[in-house]
Amino acid sequence: MSQNRPRFSRAAILEGARRSLPVQVAVVPFGLVCGVAAQAQGLSLAEATLMSGLVYAGSAQLLALSHWSSPAPVLAAALASFVVNLRLALMGPVLGPWLDRLRGWRLWISLFVMADQNWAMSVTQMQAGRWDAGFLFGSGALMWVVWVASTAAGHALGVTMRPPAGHPLFFAALAIFVAILVVMWRGQRDIVPWVVAAAISMLFAWLLPATSWYIVLGALAGSGAGVWRDRRRRVAA
Amino acid sequence: MTLDPWVLAAIVAMAAATFVTRAGGYLLFRAFSPPPLVRAMLGYIPGTLFVSYVAPALATGGVQQWVGALATAAVMLATRNLALAILGGTAAAGVVWAAG
Repeated sequence: MSQNRPRFSRAAILEGARRSLPVQVAVVPFGLVCGVAAQAQGLSLAEATLMSGLVYAGSAQLLALSHWSSPAPVLAAALASFVVNLRLALMGPVLGPWLDRLRGWRLWISLFVMADQNWAMSVTQMQAGRWDAGFLFGSGALMWVVWVASTAAGHALGVTMRPPAGHPLFFAALAIFVAILVVMWRGQRDIVPWVVAAAISMLFAWLLPATSWYIVLGALAGSGAGVWRDRRRRVAA
Repeated sequence: MTLDPWVLAAIVAMAAATFVTRAGGYLLFRAFSPPPLVRAMLGYIPGTLFVSYVAPALATGGVQQWVGALATAAVMLATRNLALAILGGTAAAGVVWAAG
C-alpha cells in the first residue's frame, strides 16, 4: 500500500517550501550574523558564500569562525563542525520511514538539506501520517537558498547591518522550537522523558558549552528514560 | 573574489564533517538495524531533542526569553499556526527588549 504513495512528489516539495516560510524569517538574522563574522575574520565574499553553501550549518559555522586563524584551522574547524552537528546523526534515523523509500540523488540531497527546523516540521508531518519526503527537501532547499543569500548579504553589507546581541530577532530561532514542542507534546507519557531531557541538557550545557553534546546527551537520556519507564510498565502489567 | 587554499581546505573539511553527521546516523541505522530498545527510543527523540535545545536556553536566558517563550506557546496552543506563534512570541520578546 505504502509502495504506491508518492515518495518525492513536486506537490510535496512545493508544500514544504510554502509551509516553511515562517521559519525562513528566523534564518535571515543568523545568516547576516554569520556573514558579518566571516567578513570580520577576513574571509572574502566568495569564501563566506561557499562556506554557507557547502557546510549549511549555522551554529557550527559561527563556532568555527569565532576560533578562526591564519592559515585557516582546517582540523579544528572540521572537529568543531562534527561536534556541534552530532545532533543531526540522531535526527536522520527518526525520518527513516521517509528516507528508506528514497534512492540515489534524492536521498543524498534530502540528507544534505536536513537541518533542525525543516527536520522538526517534517517529523510533525510524518506523525500526521504523511509519506512524501519531498516535504523535507522542499523546506530544506528553500532554507538553503535563504541561508546562503543572507550570509552573502551579511558579508556585503558588513558591520552596519549587524543586529545587536539580544535583539528580539534572535529570539525567533528559539520561538520556532518552543512552538514545535507544543505540537510534539503527546500528553502524560512525555512528562518523564521531557523532564529528564531538560535536567540532563541543562547540566551538560553548563559543563560542556559551545558544543552540541548537551543536546545529544539530553535527548538520549530523556528518550532512554521514556523507554525504560515503558518497559517497567509492561513488566508490571 | 579570492579563494585562499587554506580557507578552501577548511571549508571542505567542515562540509565533509557536517555531511558525515547528516548522513552517518541514518546510514548506520539502516545498515545495522539496531535492537528494539534503540528503535523505541527514536519515538521519543523528536520531543526530547528540542527540549534539550530549549531548556538550557531558557535557563540561561532572561525575562525576554521567558516572556517570549510563554507567548509563543500560548499563541501556538490557541491557533496551531507556526507563523503566528513565531510572530507573537518574537513581538512579546521585542516589547520586553524595548522596555528594558
